Amino acid sequence: MGEVDVHALRGVNLTLLDSEFLVLLGPSGSGKSTLLNILGGLDVPTAGRVLYRGHDLTAAEDRELTDYRRRHVGFVFQFYNLIPSLTARENVALVTDIAEHPLAPTEALDLVNLTDRLDHFPSQLSGGEQQRVAIARAIAKRPDVLLCDEPTGALDISTGIVVLEAIERINRELGTATAVITHNAAVSAIADTVITLSDGRIGSVRENDHKLRAHTLEW
Amino acid sequence: MQALNRKLLRDLWRVKGQAVAISLVIAVGVVMLVMYSSAFDSLRLTQTSYYERQRFADIFVTLKRAPSRLRDRIANIPGVAQVETRVVVDVTLDVEGLSEPATGRLISIPTLRRSMLNDIVIQRGRYIDGTRPDEVIVNEAFALAHDLTPGDTVSAIINGRRRDMEVVGFGLSPEFIYTIRPGELIPDDTRFGVFWMERRALAAAFDMEGGFNDVTLSLMPGARESEVIQQLDTLIENYGGFGAIPRDLQLSHWSLTQELNGLQGVGQMVPLVFLSIAAFLLNVVLTRMVSVQREQIATLKALGYANAVIGWHYTKWALAIALTGAVIGTAGGAAMGTAMTSIYNDFFRFPELTYRLLPSVVTSGVVISLLAGVLGAATAVRRAVRLPPAEAMRPQPPARYRVSLIERLGIRGVLSQPARIVLRNIQRQPVRSLASVTGIAFSVAMLIVGTFSIDAMNEMMDVQFSIAQRQDVTVSFVEPASAAARHELQRLPGVVSIEPTRSIPARLRFGSRSRQLALSGLPEEPRLNRVIEVTDLSAVTLPPNGLVVSRKLAEILGVDRGDVVRVEILHGARPVREVVVADVVKEYMGLSAYMEIDSVRRLLRESDTLSGGFVTVDPSQLDEFYRALKETPLVAGVTLRGAALESFEETFAENINVMIFFNVLFASIIACGVVYNAARMSLSERSRELASLRVIGFTRAEISSILLGELAVLTCMAIPIGLLFGYGLAALVVTLFDTELYSFPLAVAPRTYALSTLAVLAATVLSGLIVRRKLDTLDLVEVLKTRE
Repeated sequence: MGEVDVHALRGVNLTLLDSEFLVLLGPSGSGKSTLLNILGGLDVPTAGRVLYRGHDLTAAEDRELTDYRRRHVGFVFQFYNLIPSLTARENVALVTDIAEHPLAPTEALDLVNLTDRLDHFPSQLSGGEQQRVAIARAIAKRPDVLLCDEPTGALDISTGIVVLEAIERINRELGTATAVITHNAAVSAIADTVITLSDGRIGSVRENDHKLRAHTLEW
Repeated sequence: MQALNRKLLRDLWRVKGQAVAISLVIAVGVVMLVMYSSAFDSLRLTQTSYYERQRFADIFVTLKRAPSRLRDRIANIPGVAQVETRVVVDVTLDVEGLSEPATGRLISIPTLRRSMLNDIVIQRGRYIDGTRPDEVIVNEAFALAHDLTPGDTVSAIINGRRRDMEVVGFGLSPEFIYTIRPGELIPDDTRFGVFWMERRALAAAFDMEGGFNDVTLSLMPGARESEVIQQLDTLIENYGGFGAIPRDLQLSHWSLTQELNGLQGVGQMVPLVFLSIAAFLLNVVLTRMVSVQREQIATLKALGYANAVIGWHYTKWALAIALTGAVIGTAGGAAMGTAMTSIYNDFFRFPELTYRLLPSVVTSGVVISLLAGVLGAATAVRRAVRLPPAEAMRPQPPARYRVSLIERLGIRGVLSQPARIVLRNIQRQPVRSLASVTGIAFSVAMLIVGTFSIDAMNEMMDVQFSIAQRQDVTVSFVEPASAAARHELQRLPGVVSIEPTRSIPARLRFGSRSRQLALSGLPEEPRLNRVIEVTDLSAVTLPPNGLVVSRKLAEILGVDRGDVVRVEILHGARPVREVVVADVVKEYMGLSAYMEIDSVRRLLRESDTLSGGFVTVDPSQLDEFYRALKETPLVAGVTLRGAALESFEETFAENINVMIFFNVLFASIIACGVVYNAARMSLSERSRELASLRVIGFTRAEISSILLGELAVLTCMAIPIGLLFGYGLAALVVTLFDTELYSFPLAVAPRTYALSTLAVLAATVLSGLIVRRKLDTLDLVEVLKTRE
């Protein structure tokens, strides 16, 4: 079988505003993760432009992208991506070690209600706890953008809601612009803006006038 | 501590078994480096300071007899700093408890102690009392070999009369660091002793009053050695000068230098082998580490860690292992260097052989280890740095497998499923499989190299002392004697047969190169002292007019068969002749030049003379023969074939066992390191697969056989390669140790191959069992739960 060119995204145009809570909704293979990677400076599009506060990330060198991620972006991944050999506190310290004005690791873990799990290793934490550590790690640097890739994808409903509450709280209290991608339509109820993606294209953009709180969600 | 450094420590701890295995391999390399280099430095530094302190001479010459007044003329040669004239005579000794005669070299010393060239260090006792002519200082090795204490006497046969010499002190001299009789191949402290005796007493006994027969001198800085030698030779020509030699060719110094050169060669070569293996192991382990941690690396990048930081993180990983190895290796190397240096004290005699570990040796050990670490880490680090973070977030695609080559040969049906898994896995990672095979093969090779020296030594001794030399006793005369002397020898009790020899000091010259040595005149087809071409063990026939030289000598002179060499006889009328090189013979020991005995006599215009003889003796009459020999004034020296060999082998055997022990240990460390790492790698990569097999009903034994079967196949592939490789490495070592003193035969006994194979198999089984234990405790649920 030969190589086949696959375009994950085509003609996507969107804006993320300060302290906005954005949900990107779409089924598997709709290009959500690729979009998030591009927004987070992990990947560069083959065509088109990505601007962050006027800086062109598409033209940035590897070093500048690293710098962008280091200063401005917080990532939360579907599979948490904690370093298994480090405790909760140390996983957060991984970020505070290199950030400019970080929260203290305990402070960040407090924001996600994990003060009693500071010295546990990832293998000693439940899925929801691991994801909350990941969130604490993402926000400890006080990022300008928080990008969450299926943060509840691997969790059951009640744990998922705890995690969403944490994200919601960060967005609300720290005013961090937040983009959450998910295939779970129920999550869109807590967003300011909901964008649906299918086959690498934006299907619809919808302002959410009846924004709900995470703890009222059901799916 | 930074979180990333914590990760480093915990990751290292998780793979501590492998980390330790690699550290040990590095340590072995550093042990070798430190051991050889420090032993070399210690010997070299000891030698230098000893020479300086005791004023070791620069030029040496013996002559027949010169009047004392010649001394001043020698001293006036431009460039000469200090001159020492001496009387030096070889005599037969009668030592208590030794039935056979020994040889003593008597050297004159001043009546009152003063600073002189080749000054003696008195290790025990005192200097001679000038008023008591029978007092002597004896070389320490001889005294120890005979349990002498100051006050004991040793009898010398001087001009047919017994003379008791009273030992008052034990001495050492830079002239006799390696105490070997000229013309001999191996040292024998029991049967060769050096005695320093008051000058007038010695001169009186040998008719040397008012004269001397030996000169040593030192040069002024910047003096031209060759010019001084030339003038000296001219000056003493009429007094029967045997040709001056520079320090470089002085027997003891030359032997020591040859040994030092060998030491240095091996010290530079061997550690590199170990460190390359360590680098390879690091590469395998670290590459695996990076691939296991690809998601972690991607996460770190997503969190904003720069590529350089991540690269450095994994480099530190390798450096930590390398540094541990370097520290262990330096400590071990210093301990072994000390031991090695003291072993050298059995062969070379220094007043004090101090062990020195130079900071530069430690530094180079550490630097080379770190370098090996960095090299080993390089590809893995590059992979970590280049890893695109977005891609690494996605789980790795399943590994690609193919139907293995062996299966495609049409025996697929015969193989069980586990056997197929083993074969496909080996083939899936050809580079790593090849690397494992290479590593195991290396350890087989190391074992062979480490132990074949015994085979080589045996072969060398066997050829020299059973095939070439078949006489029981070699007798040398004080003076060349007429045919009557031969009859006199023949009449001694127990003598079965005699083969005459006429050996003569000569200088062989070819173009600008020259060498001084004893030219041996032997019968056309010697029956007792034979010349053996070692490549096919054939006896060489000496042509009626022509020179047969050993290959080593041919190399030194740059001659080949058919070349014409200038032979300058340093004796009598000192004739000079052009002689064709009729044959070049490969020998294991020493430098030799042979001619048919009658052509030597013709060269000297002598008839039927001999300078000694090779004798076979009826064993039942050996004691009578020895007793008579001691009383024969004609005899200056006696060499017993068996005795010298025995004492040498004794000294040698003591040390060789220690050496073998360590070589086996080191090679096992490599074998274990390679096999253990290979097994742990497979286990880490395939624990899910193996756990799945357990879940569907495979027994522990069955899954073990899949994992260990792979090791078994790799080991079996590696062993024959290792045997070949070992032979190749042995050949390299033989070349490195090919000195003027010895050329070691490339002889590897079947026993050595067998032992090396067994040792590596044992190491493989041991490593396999350790990993097998891990396999037995495999937590099925846990393994299947984790996501690769």
